[in-house]
Order: sequence, then C-alpha cells, then structure tokens
Amino acid sequence: MKYFDRVNFGRCISVALATFFFSTHLYAAKTLVYCSESSPSHFNPQLTDDGASFNANSSIIHNQLVEIPPGETELVSGLATSWKVSKDGLKYTFKLRKNVKFQATTYFKPTRNFNADDVLFTFNRQRLKSHPYHMVGGGIYEYFDSMAMGELIKDIVKVDDYTVQFVLSRPEAPFLANLAMDFASILSAEYGEMLLKAKTPEKLDMFPVGTGPFVFKRYVKDSTIRYEAHPNYFRGKSPLDRLVFVITPDANVRTQKLKTGECHIITEPAPADLPAIEKHPQLQVIQKTGLNVGYLAMNVERPPFDKVLVRRAVNHALNRKAYIDAVFLGHATVAKNPMPPGIWGFHDAIKDYDYKPKKAKALLKEAGFPNGFATELWALPVSRPYNPNGKKMAEMMQADLAKVGIKTKIVTYDWPTYIAKLKAGEHTMLQIGWSADSMDPESFLGLLLSCAAIPAGMNTARWCHQPYDRLVRKAKLVTDKKKRTEYYLKAQEIFHQEAPWVALAHSVIFRAMSKKVVGFKVDQLGRDLFYGVDLH
Amino acid sequence: MFAYTLRRLTILLITFIGVTIVAFSLIRLVPGDPVLLLLGERGASPEAYAAMRANLGLDRPLLLQYLQFLWNVFHGDLGISIVSKRPVIEEFLSRYPATLELGFTALLLATCIGIPLGIVAAVKRNTIFDYSFMGVSLVGYSMPIFWWGLILILLFSVTLGWTPVSGRISALYDIEAVTGFMLIDTWLSGEGRAAFFNAFRHLILPAIALGTIPLAVIARMTRSSMLEVLGEDYIRTAKAKGLSNLAVIIIHALRNALIPVVTVIGLMVGTIITGAILTETIFAWPGIGRWIVHSVTSLDYPVIQGGVVLIATVMITVNLLVDVAYMVSNPRLRSQGR
Amino acid sequence: MTSLSANAGEVLSPVRTFWLFFRQNRGALFGLSLIVFFLIIAVFAPWLAPYEPSHVHTDAYRIPPLWSEGGSRTFVLGTDDLGRDLLSRLLYGARVSIGLSLLVVMLSLLVGTSLGLIAGYRGGMIDTAIMRLVDILMSLPSILLAIVVVAILGPGLLNAVIAVSVVKIPSFVRIVRAQVMAEKKKDYVVASKSFGASGFRLAVINIFPNCLAPLIVQATLAFSDGILDIAALGFLGLGAQPPTPEWGTMLADARAFLESQPWMVTLPGLCILAVVLGFNLLGDGLRDAFDPRLRM
Repeated sequence: MKYFDRVNFGRCISVALATFFFSTHLYAAKTLVYCSESSPSHFNPQLTDDGASFNANSSIIHNQLVEIPPGETELVSGLATSWKVSKDGLKYTFKLRKNVKFQATTYFKPTRNFNADDVLFTFNRQRLKSHPYHMVGGGIYEYFDSMAMGELIKDIVKVDDYTVQFVLSRPEAPFLANLAMDFASILSAEYGEMLLKAKTPEKLDMFPVGTGPFVFKRYVKDSTIRYEAHPNYFRGKSPLDRLVFVITPDANVRTQKLKTGECHIITEPAPADLPAIEKHPQLQVIQKTGLNVGYLAMNVERPPFDKVLVRRAVNHALNRKAYIDAVFLGHATVAKNPMPPGIWGFHDAIKDYDYKPKKAKALLKEAGFPNGFATELWALPVSRPYNPNGKKMAEMMQADLAKVGIKTKIVTYDWPTYIAKLKAGEHTMLQIGWSADSMDPESFLGLLLSCAAIPAGMNTARWCHQPYDRLVRKAKLVTDKKKRTEYYLKAQEIFHQEAPWVALAHSVIFRAMSKKVVGFKVDQLGRDLFYGVDLH
Repeated sequence: MFAYTLRRLTILLITFIGVTIVAFSLIRLVPGDPVLLLLGERGASPEAYAAMRANLGLDRPLLLQYLQFLWNVFHGDLGISIVSKRPVIEEFLSRYPATLELGFTALLLATCIGIPLGIVAAVKRNTIFDYSFMGVSLVGYSMPIFWWGLILILLFSVTLGWTPVSGRISALYDIEAVTGFMLIDTWLSGEGRAAFFNAFRHLILPAIALGTIPLAVIARMTRSSMLEVLGEDYIRTAKAKGLSNLAVIIIHALRNALIPVVTVIGLMVGTIITGAILTETIFAWPGIGRWIVHSVTSLDYPVIQGGVVLIATVMITVNLLVDVAYMVSNPRLRSQGR
Repeated sequence: MTSLSANAGEVLSPVRTFWLFFRQNRGALFGLSLIVFFLIIAVFAPWLAPYEPSHVHTDAYRIPPLWSEGGSRTFVLGTDDLGRDLLSRLLYGARVSIGLSLLVVMLSLLVGTSLGLIAGYRGGMIDTAIMRLVDILMSLPSILLAIVVVAILGPGLLNAVIAVSVVKIPSFVRIVRAQVMAEKKKDYVVASKSFGASGFRLAVINIFPNCLAPLIVQATLAFSDGILDIAALGFLGLGAQPPTPEWGTMLADARAFLESQPWMVTLPGLCILAVVLGFNLLGDGLRDAFDPRLRM
C-alpha cells in the first residue's frame, strides 16, 4: 500500500524536509473535491435508483454499452462500438470494444480484458433467478424490474468473445436508450467469480470494480468517498489524479465550504446562496434547464387517496407558484404533466389544475369529506434539483392543505430510510421527483406510472390504471415516433384526469464551483460526471 | 478505601445491568416487529428473518432472551448495524477517538482558561473584573451550544475565513486512522506539519463551542472555592506571617481550592458527551454523537441500542474514577459515601 | 446559624428575610425581570403577535428586520424564508418553550419528589431500588436519554416533554431524599411520630416544607435546562414538528440562511439565551437568598 511507503519514507528524512516534500507532492497530484449531498446506498448501480448513489458509482466507476456524454442528449458508443437491430426489432447485436481494461484495486487485480462474459454477468444477475448473485442484496432490481426488462429480454447470446446478441420477446422502442441507463453498467464477471470463490459475494455491491475513469479507493460512511484516476481507462487517463466526495448534506454548509476552498465543486447550491456565489471573485455558477419533475405522489392504496375527487382536490389546494417563489427562488416552472417539456411528446394543451382552495373544498365535500381529514405528508430529506428543500415545501403544503381542512403531519427520515420505506409503500402523500435517464417519454410515463413499476417501488403513487397502462405498453411496442407521440399524449390526458400526483415543478439545475475548475458540464439528466474535468 | 472502591464497583455493576435492561427493552418497546426493526424491511428475506428470530430467541421466555443479550454484550457483541451492515462495536470504536479528541481538547481548553480566570476573579473580588466575570460566565453557562456553534462558524469561518467550516481535516489529505486521533495520525502519516495544522484548525472551533459551558462552570467553581479557602484561618495566618499575596495564593490556597474543581472537571464528562451530540451535528464531526443522532433518523435500532450501552459504560466508568479520585484526595468524606 | 432548617423556625417572616436578601442581588432581579418579560409574552402572544405564526405571506419572503437595509415596517423583525412573520413566530415560540418547560418541571418535580419522599422515608429495599434507578438515569447523558425516548415514541412535542422530564427526575429525587433522611432524625419528627401521626402525613406535613427551598432553586435551574433541552431536541429535528413555532426548530430551519439572512438564526438563539440566562440568574439569586452560604 502506498501509505506504508510514505510512512517509512517520512520517518527516514527530517520532518522539515518531509513537510516540504509532501506539501509540494500534494499540489503535484491533482485532487478535485466534490461536495455531494448524501451517502450512496450501495456501490452497485443495479441496486440503487437515486442520483446521489449513481453519481458515486455508475457515473464514475463504470461504463455502459451505449452512453450519453455529459451535457448531451444523444446516444454514443460506450463499451459497444457498433450495434445492429434486426428488422422485426427483436434482435440487438452489439460489437464490443476490444482492449478495455478493468480497474485494478487493492481487492481485485484483473487478469483479462473486458469481453462478452462481463455483459452476460451484468444482465443475468438481474434477469435470472437462478444466477448465483441474483439474491445477493435482496433480489430486487428497481430499474430492471420497473421496466419489465426481465420479461422483455428473452435471451442474451454470446456470439463470440466480442459479440453479444440480446433477443427480445417483443419490440421495444426505447430499448437501446435504456441500455445507457445506470443499471446497465457493466460489472466484471472475473471479479464476481473471485468473490464467489471467497464466499463473500456481498462485497460485489460494496467494493466496486468497473471499466470507468475512476477507481474506487475508500468510503468512510457519511463522510468521504475517495477515487483515483484509472490509469488504463480506454478513453485515456483523466486529467484529475484523485477525486474526493465529501458528503455534506446541508446546502448552506456546502456553500460555506466552497467559499473557504474546502470544496471545488458543490452540488445543488441553495437557491438563496446563488447571488452571493455569483458575486464572489473566485467562484462561478453554471446552470442548465433540467429534464426533471418534482411531484407529490398520493398513495392510491391508502384511503382516502383511492378517491379521484380527493386527489383532484389536493391538486387544487396547493399553491405551487408560491413554492417556486419561496423554495426555488423562481428558478423553476410550475409542472402540469408528469414529464418535462424538454422531452418529446409533452402535452402542451392540457389545462393545469389551478390554485382554487374553494374548489378543493367543494371536491372534498363531494368525495364525502366535508370536514377534511388527517393524513401524513412525507417531506423529501435531501435537496434534489426537482426540490431543493423538501421540508420547507412541506411546511407550505401543510399550511395550504390546512386551509381546505386536510390536517397533515410532516414525516421524514434520512435518505436511504426514506427510499426503503417508500418502496415498501408505507407512505401516504410523498414528495419525490425524477430526472430523466434518457430522452424517451418512457423514462417518465412508463418507469414511474406503469403497473409493473409498483412492485419495484418506482411507481410511488402505486397507481395501476389499466387504460393508461395499455397505452404506455403499446407506445413501447411501436417504433414509429408519430404513433408513439399519439399514445403518450393520450396517456398524459388520463394522468391529468386521474391525478395520482400533484406535478410540482421543472427546475433549473445549478452547480457552483471554483473558477479553477474547467471542463465541468451541467448535465440535463442530473448526473455529475468528472471525466474530462481539470483543475487549473 | 478498598472497601469503598469495592462498594462502588458493585453499584457500578448494578447500574450497568440496569442500563442493559433499558437498552434491551428499547427494541421491544418500539411499536412493530423487533425482527424487522433489527433487519430493516429491505433485508428481511424469509431466511434472514427466521435466522434473526432464532438468534434473538424470540420464542424463548423474556428472561432467557435478556440473559442471551447480556451474554453477548459482555462478549462485545452488540449486534449489526442495519444501515452499514457492520458490527455496532466496530462502528463505535472507529468513531470514539474523534469524540475523545474533541472532548479532551474542549476540557483542556476549559480548564486552562477557566482556572486562572476563576482565581483572578476570586482575588479581585467585588471589582469590575469580578462582576463582569460573573456576568459573562453565567452567559457562557446559559449558552445554547447549537446556536453558539453556528455563531462561531458565522464569525470565524464565513466572515473572517480563519477556520474551516466543518469536518476533521481537509479532504485533500487522506490520513489513515492508526490511533484514531487526527492530531497524532497526521504526524504518523508523513503528510507533515501542514496536515497537523490543518487538523488543528478543524478542531479549534468545535472545541470552543463544546468547551464553553465547562469553562464557565470550572471558572465559577474555582472562584467560589478560592473564596472559601481564602477566608479560612490558615490563609489569614499565612498572610499575617508576612507572606506575599501571590505566594499565599499559589502555595496555600490553590492546592486546597482545586480539590472540588477537579471533581467538577470529572463531572463535566456528562456535559461533554451531551454537548458532543450537538457540536458534532453542527460541525459534521465524525464522532459518536453524530453517529447516534443519525441512527435515530435512520431508525438503525441496533446502533441506538448498542450506542446507549457503550456511552453509558463510558459515563459510569468516568464517574467511578472521579468518585475514587475524590475519596483519595479527600479522606474526610470516606465514611459518608455518596 | 444560617442553615435553612434552623432559619425557618427562628425568623418571624421567612418570606420577608428572603426578599431582603434577594432584593440586593441585582443579577437575580435582572433575571426575574427577563422571566417576567418572557412570561408576559408567552401568555399574551395571541394578542401581541401581529400575524398568525404559521401564516405564509406569499409576497414577502426573507424580509430583513426593520433596522437593516430593506426592512419593512409591516414585519418589524422581518420574515423567514416562507414569508412567515418572525416576530409572531418568536412570540408564539416563547409560549411553546416556556409552556413546555413548565410542563417538564412540573412532571419531573412531581415524580422526583414522590420518589424522593418514598425513598427517604421508607428506606431499605425500596430506597435502594429507587436510588439504583436514579443511578441508571444519571449514567446516561441527558440528551442521549431524551433521544432514546424519542427513538421509542417517535419525534413530537409531547414525547420531547416526556423525554426531558425523565432526564430531570434524578436531581429532585436526590434533594428530597437527602432532606428527608436528615429531617427524619430530628426531634420534632420523632415527636410527631410518638403522637401517632401516619407516615405519609408526617412526610408531607413536616418534612416536605423544609426541603421547599432547595426544591425551588432546583426547579428554577431545571426550568433553564428544560428550555435548553427542548430547544436542542427541536434543533436535532426530534422535538417540535412543523408548523409549531419552536425556537430550536426555527434555528435548525434557519441554518440554511446563516450567511444570506443571518437574523433568522440570531433572533431565536438570542431568545433561548435570554430566557435560560434569566432562569439561571434567578436560580443563583434564589439560592443565595435562601442560604447565602450555599453557593456553587
């Protein structure tokens, strides 16, 4: 280990010399400090579904077969150099990239390059119940399951070491785009076998190995994650030598640390701090309209939210414009559909539920609740682009709902617990949101609202509406974009009628950083990617 | 002396058992299935559920369950954290040095400033200095430290830029935990003096925040104890003998006056741990205080349970040491006990 | 002869002597006036507050206080990030803090005194059992114990009150028990016993009034601790829940605005400090007045 040499070396020479040497050494190695907001739940993107986890695992450690570069929206080649789709849309054949090296870490030294076995290993773990890794980590693969990938992929065939064929059970328009998502990150089959032999398969999800630009080094829970540049990265070594995530949940503390130079880049600066950061001579703010939606899901399995009138009443009761002014400081627009306008198929003609407490009261009365009711309101515990301060927004919602007679108790847990509980369906009204994984409407309308997404916990309203579900399923089967648009527009109309959510906001994404940082791009999909970033 | 210590040890043991009963009941008092509480709803596969149920022996009588728990505790087995999946004792030990370092620095700060201040105030009794000392120290004693910490950050970190905002050391340094004490580990790491001073600058603000209340208490205690001693006959005699004021204070008064002060310093350990919970939350200090608060918001019951046992053990041990030290230094009290 | 028990018998009007002592203590008087000030605020909050504490003014987010640049006369102390009037929230906050602490003190006083009386008077096994319980409670740092109670019961105001009360019980038990043990051997108690007075009557009528003074002092100090603890729990997010305007919770919420809107942090903190200081000054003053020799 590196440290060891350093300790001995440091002892050999005088302290003064050591100080001199190592302080220069520190500047010589380029270390970027990124202040993130919450701890990752696992270091395996197959098991996670939140941005904070993806930023710490798939975006840094892994590659996918096809990828979307930071700040862009079109697919490019990743670990696959080319691909072919059969005429009937059922067979996808990928040519794999050669000479791709897996990362060498303290816990694993790869002996071979990336090949077809790794692709099979990655998908079969999620797909096949018989796979030795399937039940490791609980056997639930949120993304994979929500998108019904298990029944979609009939088979994956290794044609040769560098050719893989996916055989589908039906045509699926967004299939290629889905393979760019985090859950499709390629893991090392050789590492998997090694752990299986050592009888410690659970380590696969804690000590990751991938082909990506940075190598995982150490995670101190709730404190720091350290990475080093992958020297043999197939796109070339990152200009940064080291990358450190400092987990700083409080947005204000992140800003302070940015000012004192303890962070180079901070995620989600509090909107209130933006003017001060912009004025600061050494700091900069960059922004981009996000592809996201923040929403309040109403769990339709929990009365009284099984009644559509109640759900509509809540839609009328909330003054969303006020939340955008107070919580986003205006850096967002009011949402009316379950997907952002930047994605094709957005239904612009839908007339939004406007803020009408009287109408809300009337609807509640009609639904049989003339005096309202009492319920829980789950407040988002972290700041996400689609909701920078869940607690504040919850307090405003609480005041608005009280006006129409709905008494709410604000409930919150820390982020991993919050996610675990919402997946189990324990919530009633729940603040949550979503950033696009791809430019396909499926990534909102299907992933978050289809019946298949309920057991996987992605459909937080737990709303299974047959006519809607049929439309979304049909939209995936056809490849004609015009036809698909038609289906998705219809689906959005049903969503509006049935109102399983209150769609809250589409926001602008901000990142604040030192002016020393170059090459960082704000990503519309909400990821923070560090390959290509440099420090001057 | 021996008999007294033995008696105290017995009481300690009984108290410790009491604490384990509290911790043991904790999980059983929370509404819901204790197995699910311990496993977390996510990790509760049927096999894991059955294994945990058998492990807890939930089918056995309560007394047996408790004895099993006690047995485990005495063997250092405090369960596994739901969130991190690591043994609770390991988690505690990896964080405890951070709290110890912070608490010790705070107490050192409080003692080094508090005692001289108290002496001066006592000697200059009824002067402006004494009055303002009494006023300021009471403000310090009344300080809500969660607010005081924020004010210190606002002043020294944000406005003046003298100290870092939070954490133990700059993320640029990757210091391996050898002793767990950052000030020592930075020396061992070979990163040199810069790393040490970096760690020191991180430590100073939380130590001030945490040390404020003990500082006020120690200073006030020193003052009143000094006043009492200065009023005693032998001091008057010493003065009458013609010894200088300073000599009297140092040779005679201080030695006797410090006995109760030392006791108070010992009793401050409870205040320090309470304060550490708040201070660590504000300064993102990775110690046991932040750990335990975090375990409550993440409903990590094994950690709460184990944390209670471990922190109480620390408290009980320190209290015992203080008591014994007090008895040793003050033989008159031996017969009375406490 | 200045010890309290002796005083009570000799001086004609103990209240008067007490007041004579107390009056001279400027600190204590200042403390008392602080408390009276906050008490008035707490009682009359609904009439004093210009707005409802949780009313959201959608056109007035983060207005600074009157004396700073951009201040407005409609919101004397400014508004918070949701456009709620800070003055109104602070006034109602006094009500919450003082009201809850009062509840805490009464609860722990009641339980603590009863346990102390029983332990001191009955002695033996019961005494031992109660004192071991006290030892256990004292071996846990106050906030930790409160956190444990909250972990069991869930966060909330009432649970915070219970948690903090439990923490305060031991000091009362110890005071009462010590006093009872001391008084038990005194002539007048032995005498009343020989007249056939019942145990409980004895304890309450003869012994209890004599430990009133240290109890009052302890209660005053417990008041200040109670306010601090409840605010601390609120700060950690384990105490008062929104929209209750509680000072500690307000502080925690305002943390995000430490730099941009520092008054949102300073004002609630100053309120907590002032009330706690008031009770501590009063407690010190009371102790000195009851017995000038008993100083910390």
